[in-house]
Amino acid sequence: MAIELKMPALSPTMEEGTLAKWLVKEGDEVSSGDIIAEIETDKATMEFEAVDEGVIASILVAEGTENVKVGTVIATMAGEGEEAAPAAPPAPAAKEAPAAAAAPTPAAAPPKAEPKSDPEIPVGTNMATVTVREALRDAMAEEMRRDDRVFIMGEEVAQYQGAYKVTQGLLDEFGPKRVIDTPITEYGFAGIGTGAAMGGLRPVVEFMTFNFAMQAIDHIINSAAKTNYMSGGQMRCPVVFRGPNAAASRVGAQHSQNYGPWYASVPGLIVIAPYDSSDAKGLLKAAIRCEDPVVFLENELVYGRSFELPELDDHVLPIGKARIMREGKDATIVSYSIGVGLALEAAEKLAEEGIDAEVIDLRTLRPLDKETVLKSLAKTNRLVVAEEGWPVCSIASEIIAICMEEGFDHLDAPVLRVCDEDVPLPYAANLEKMALIDADRIVSAVKKVCYK
Amino acid sequence: MAKAAKTTKKSDAGPPAQDMDFILHSLQEAHEKAGRYDASVEEMLHFYEQMLLIRRFEEKAGQLYGLGLIGGFCHLYIGQEAVAVGLQSALKEGLDSVITGYRDHGHMLAYGIDPNVIMAELTGREAGISRGKGGSMHMFSTEHKFYGGHGIVGAQVSLGGGLALGHQYREDGGLCLAYFGDGAANQGQVYETMNMAALWNLPIIFVVENNGYAMGTAVKRGSAETEFHRRGTAFRIPGMDVNGMDVLEVRGAAEIAIAHVREGKGPVLMELNTYRYRGHSMSDPAKYRTREEVQDVREHKDPIEGLKKLLLEKGKSEDDLKAIDKAIRARVTEAADFAENSPEPAAAELYTDVVVGNY
Repeated sequence: MAIELKMPALSPTMEEGTLAKWLVKEGDEVSSGDIIAEIETDKATMEFEAVDEGVIASILVAEGTENVKVGTVIATMAGEGEEAAPAAPPAPAAKEAPAAAAAPTPAAAPPKAEPKSDPEIPVGTNMATVTVREALRDAMAEEMRRDDRVFIMGEEVAQYQGAYKVTQGLLDEFGPKRVIDTPITEYGFAGIGTGAAMGGLRPVVEFMTFNFAMQAIDHIINSAAKTNYMSGGQMRCPVVFRGPNAAASRVGAQHSQNYGPWYASVPGLIVIAPYDSSDAKGLLKAAIRCEDPVVFLENELVYGRSFELPELDDHVLPIGKARIMREGKDATIVSYSIGVGLALEAAEKLAEEGIDAEVIDLRTLRPLDKETVLKSLAKTNRLVVAEEGWPVCSIASEIIAICMEEGFDHLDAPVLRVCDEDVPLPYAANLEKMALIDADRIVSAVKKVCYK
Repeated sequence: MAKAAKTTKKSDAGPPAQDMDFILHSLQEAHEKAGRYDASVEEMLHFYEQMLLIRRFEEKAGQLYGLGLIGGFCHLYIGQEAVAVGLQSALKEGLDSVITGYRDHGHMLAYGIDPNVIMAELTGREAGISRGKGGSMHMFSTEHKFYGGHGIVGAQVSLGGGLALGHQYREDGGLCLAYFGDGAANQGQVYETMNMAALWNLPIIFVVENNGYAMGTAVKRGSAETEFHRRGTAFRIPGMDVNGMDVLEVRGAAEIAIAHVREGKGPVLMELNTYRYRGHSMSDPAKYRTREEVQDVREHKDPIEGLKKLLLEKGKSEDDLKAIDKAIRARVTEAADFAENSPEPAAAELYTDVVVGNY
């Protein structure tokens, strides 16, 4: 049985080519690896190697022939020893191509998750006043006690007790095996943390700030976020990347950026940006238990703020669920992270002027809790997004798109965004203040959507 | 010759003091002394079969690519077979982890992963090892502790550092073999990882598969230090310079490196000098080297031909070896048939495995 030699595709896009030259003639014996022809594609001249051993029986396409379609039989070969059953000729590429090119049948959308809500806090639970810094530290300590696969690594997390003191005391309790000081080598240790998660551990990788995670973003996105999908669900990557994000105070443009929108655009990642102590603790615990890679965005300016926190044995909150921080009926302010404090401040000022604003803290940026936002919009019919970050391609942009696509009938005014100015953050105190959002700007925007 | 150990300033926070027994060259010396692995005829036959399986599998993959059944990028391992087979035959399967870059088919076959599911992944089918969603560069088998299959050049080295950290953390006695090419050896994260691996004494073997070309750039055009085994010196990681075209030499070197790591002495850097016969990927016309250069390696250094010669000397007949070849061709044909005839992934697969949790 003759083996058919077909015009090969020599690049991902090649459909036809020129059979430039035959290097064998009929009757020649060839073995696998021998170059038998030269083929010109639109990009280059490629060598065509024999795969099987045998004798060239016939050459069907003469050299110099142009526009030879991929899959055309260009020669036949008699296999070495007919008893060695040659491979059944594979289906011609042409037969395969239409199937691949055909528009895929639209698949059913993935099933929606059951709506989740924060667990009820039992009546009589003591409320402690705790800083966000302490809440984050306690979350890590509790999870490290609960699961010995959990460890923390990062710059200055151990002996120095944390550049921002978030890991204070952890080295004393858990020792250097589980609280690991790294050199200043973000790309490397983000990769090591991700690899450790792939190998079955539960690393918490601290970036001194997310600005430095730019050096490591390849591992966060290409290694951590995509591998589960690319492996057909085999490769888990339960890693938490955490640290302060967005503007601090007077540290200039390279140390002052909100990466929320960047990470929130990536399928495969969970992105959390809490505001107060209760959410910081409850969501960090949830993040450490999460089977997916989590980017956990904190805020340096909020670390020292105190909030009430229920004293519970195991305070874990649902990922992907927004929180209504203040109920209101006239307009909705959607925010997250440090913006929530400004939104609440704005709501107080608006109340003095007779506008009753509802404030929503998104808490999780991916997956985004659209339901809570749209439900509030259906109630107030007016919405403003307050975001400490750039306006272009922001979480605010995304919320506005969602309101247009899914809440249009409920809108009594265009949705407005209150974001930082579209400039790198300046150092000068006056310019920095001008660039960042504040409560007054949120107040003006809410009044505008209320036509007041 | 071993260099005189240099005393350096001791520090409380530093790695365990090893100044007096600094072993930069000792593994190379041990390797040269031990020479090739003393394999039994049975072991040699097994290596022969594995290398031949990789060669025939890759030839078939090239053929299926030419027929349009495999798309995108496809990097073949032809010529480099002795590296994966020699090294991985020395590992403890089910304990030690392996990670590599995008030229990954051979490493998977050398770790005993079913050719059918590898080929079906290449053709993008539901039955593929990544359910058709990974492709040639993104294949994994957690069951075999094969952790990919990574498309970003050099990323697998830091990820491998993490796998090694996992072995150390669990104290399971395992190690990680992290492969990368001479091209990836110029990525910064490789050295970030070497620094931490040496600092933390991680059980990892860094393997540079030096096939002479980073895509189309010859080693000497891209590397100031072309002796890659020396590149661990700055981190006090001992290096080994190994002929990657001789499976028994590779295996012999692996024994020495693995013993060193298992004894808790920290990472090793191995340079495996090898050659790829095909282009960097399927669409590479390989004009940066002469046909004579390729032909010369094929004729004089081919790892499969080399072992075949040895087997004949050991009393195996041409017919014995021909029978092996025939069986392997049949096995590869079966894999190709399986890969061609398996259905494409169902449309619903588009949305599965993006995240694990239900939020």
